[in-house]
Amino acid sequence: MSMTIENEIAAAPATREIKTAPSRFRNQIGAYKIFRSENCIGCGKCASLCPHGVHERFGDSGKMVRPRDYRCRGESCRSEEYFCINKCPVGALSLRRNPVYSTLGDHRWTADLILSTWDQAENGRITNETLESELGASGGGFDKLRFRFPAVPSGVDPSDVDTSLELNRRSDDPAAHKIKIDVPWYGGGMSFGSISDNMMVSRARAATAWNTFTCTGEGGYPELLRPYDDHIITQIATGLFGVREETIQRVKIAEFKYAQGAKPGLGGHLLGDKNTADVARMREAVQGTALFSPFPFHSVYSIEDHKKHVDWIKAMNPRALISAKVAAPSDVDMVAVGCYYAGVHIVHVDGSYGGTGAAPDIAKKNIALPIEYAITRVHNFLADEGVRDEITLIASGGLRSAHDIAKAIALGADGVVIGTSDMVAVECIRCGNCESGRGCARGIASTDRELKHLIDVDYATQRLINLYNSYREQLVGIISRLGLRSVAELRGRTDLLMHLDYSKPE
Amino acid sequence: MPGKYHIETKEVPPRFNAVGRFGIIDLYETCARGCRNCVKKKCIYDIHKKEFDFAHSLDRPTEFMNECMNCLMCVQNCTRGALTRTQNPEYTWLGNEYWKPAIIAGIWKMAATAKLPVSGAGYGGPFSGPGFDSMWTDMSEIVRPTRDGIHGREYISTSVDIGGLPSNLEFSPGGELLGEESPVIELPVPFILEVPPLGQISKNVLEAMARAARGMDTLFALDAEDAEEFAAEFAGWLAPRVKNSAIENHAALIKSVRMVCLEDSPDALDAVACVKAINPGAVVRIRLALGDGVEARVVELVEAGAEAIQLSADINGDIAYSDGRVEFIKDAFRRIHSLLVDKCVRDRATLIADGGIAMAEHLAKIIICGADCASLGIPFLVAMECRMCGACSRGVECPVNMSEVPPEDGAWRVMNLAAAWRNQLLEVLGAMGIREARRLRGEFGRAMFCEDLERDTFQKIFAGA
Repeated sequence: MSMTIENEIAAAPATREIKTAPSRFRNQIGAYKIFRSENCIGCGKCASLCPHGVHERFGDSGKMVRPRDYRCRGESCRSEEYFCINKCPVGALSLRRNPVYSTLGDHRWTADLILSTWDQAENGRITNETLESELGASGGGFDKLRFRFPAVPSGVDPSDVDTSLELNRRSDDPAAHKIKIDVPWYGGGMSFGSISDNMMVSRARAATAWNTFTCTGEGGYPELLRPYDDHIITQIATGLFGVREETIQRVKIAEFKYAQGAKPGLGGHLLGDKNTADVARMREAVQGTALFSPFPFHSVYSIEDHKKHVDWIKAMNPRALISAKVAAPSDVDMVAVGCYYAGVHIVHVDGSYGGTGAAPDIAKKNIALPIEYAITRVHNFLADEGVRDEITLIASGGLRSAHDIAKAIALGADGVVIGTSDMVAVECIRCGNCESGRGCARGIASTDRELKHLIDVDYATQRLINLYNSYREQLVGIISRLGLRSVAELRGRTDLLMHLDYSKPE
Repeated sequence: MPGKYHIETKEVPPRFNAVGRFGIIDLYETCARGCRNCVKKKCIYDIHKKEFDFAHSLDRPTEFMNECMNCLMCVQNCTRGALTRTQNPEYTWLGNEYWKPAIIAGIWKMAATAKLPVSGAGYGGPFSGPGFDSMWTDMSEIVRPTRDGIHGREYISTSVDIGGLPSNLEFSPGGELLGEESPVIELPVPFILEVPPLGQISKNVLEAMARAARGMDTLFALDAEDAEEFAAEFAGWLAPRVKNSAIENHAALIKSVRMVCLEDSPDALDAVACVKAINPGAVVRIRLALGDGVEARVVELVEAGAEAIQLSADINGDIAYSDGRVEFIKDAFRRIHSLLVDKCVRDRATLIADGGIAMAEHLAKIIICGADCASLGIPFLVAMECRMCGACSRGVECPVNMSEVPPEDGAWRVMNLAAAWRNQLLEVLGAMGIREARRLRGEFGRAMFCEDLERDTFQKIFAGA
């Protein structure tokens, strides 16, 4: 039975088991369209030939099911014996590019990256290798970096690769939780209000299954998340929406959000339309009014003030790890070192191309550094200060694939935060209308009581679990091919990367 | 304390439907007809119903509505898969390689609603690019002088001054100020309006811009012959462009305005003196086309007392040099600004940027690169629905009939766009913790340039530089 939010708490915990989680839409989008004309005689030859499951015969009826053309590999099949278009005895099949494909995606999240993420979320691994799953088309940053894989196999057994990440590295805080997550990423903050409770619970379930974390964002801590307390990061942002002593005491990690990469220096803005009755109750606000999270914290002018913040949380929850989420200005390296001296365990740098539920376009494009530049700055500066191994550096803001995660770690991050990938896994198409009217028409970034039910918790949980599995498999593949045995060994290994513009050809 | 400056706005729908990026195509022969699950009825934006009503109205039978929000819900849920989404070819024809369709469509939206563009999801464009796309503005994480600039207590000023400031003041033993006071115009926004170098510039368009200049208390630069026509009503906000040989002919007009615009010429300073003889209180702007030898000429003019200099690139912000080089306007401004600073004469003249300013971010960035303000023409023409299709230059009928722009509505659309741009400028200033546009000028340290970042990051790592 499909799970609804109401019986979520009683449900059995999700596991890492990979189960096929097909699209929730009748017409899944693919790169190609297959048309079957009226000449089809229903012989089923195409169904017997196609190894990708595009064609299926409708029982013994002599009729064919509409082609599942999202699975079609298109032109790459042309030279194969099983190319259905050529083999159809009556020439009833035709192939062309799906016009929707050419309208999908953008420079950062290309159509291929979106479709590949859907493929991974459905199947738990990459099944359609004709889609570009490693790179976007932004023409810079991660998209210009490549790994230098050795020509001869490294001999490292992938099953020996350790992808865990220790989040508390401080030697001066032995009382704090020792937390090791099984994958070097956790979910970024998305507030109740910007996304639905169904989506929040799904992210929490997936994070629990993979022994990692997800973050509440700044809109409060819905009671529905209680079963997942040990895998939730509660966020304390400038609006202090829903921040309570009890919610801080129930978690292992608390995150101060000083700034967000997509709108650094601007604070947050939940439009009145999305401040529904449920959201308003959670945020202790008036329904329908726009809610601003000011910038900056009114209580913080300096690193010393920041330390007072850290002390405030430690007084309530002495064992909690403290994360400071900052954007990436030109002096982000000094901010990070300041965070260390203020006592935080995790410094989370959010680059300028990161996601958001709503931000002025001018801010998303123009303010602060893309994460690719920020990582090396912070990593090197922390190392020069002699504190690199005392703090966990988490990078976020525009990471789209397992390869981006690996590249961020090779540049110097310990781990990463992902957010948009989670959204795309549940079939976000990045139309950017999250903030308007009732919110996301696809039910992802919406608290509308009708729309939020477009996302089923079981479906979303499984898609996320599948995607995480695929990411981990790819990460293990990268690490083992490089001759390494752990994510920790990959950190800062820029010698294993090459840049298309600057590296000398080998 | 004076009241906060505010640009009045009013929602003005377009006369012609904006050209949309995508279209939903209905493969009607595939439709089951009479399907009870028709996805068109479930569109949360109600677009299909609106489109049906629109298509069946007698008013605009030849247009498309173009309001699809691109959620793909109908395409993906239709029982028969009868709907698909395609790129609208008409959209790709908008503008040129610099004035991209997204820029033009963005201007139209702002001109209609005055709202600054806000959207969800992260930035989807290229990592960086040529021109203004090769720089980012900085922000301040914690320590910042402005608190809650855009939403709260402290006022961020976008005012700029046009005119020269003396490097020092001299007083008589009795305390009397010696020398003449230079005229300075304080504009509440860092831009003036200017007749664009393309498009169908009808009388209505000119009147709309003059009205908008008055509405915002800025200036509108237009040919003196046209200015004569509007002087009675708008003189205080007009900046007539006068030919050196025709100064005397426009003496009455010159007397009534705050700024006069001249073209650079060997006798430009003599022409300035002629204007000053007629109206000593007017600021005189000299326009130079950026190109070979312009830096030396700017220094020469400023040292000789020129008080406002407009430096023009082409409409795409490019500057062509005789040796075949092409430079972008931001780089020329960085160089010229720095040169004037080195010569200790920067504050003696206002530098006005012209060319390639197509978005609010460009305005902020050109100021960071050393301009005091910008002269804007094309964005406001586009605000009045110009499609930059070039039909007028080919003698073909204008698809949006620019000659019939109602001046009042046109002015509102210009002011809507200006308000949206100003609000975006406030966002950038607020993020940087800078309280006034004047202080943004030449603040290279508050910007990050792609070439520097690449050199210090990836080049250092991967090329060992």
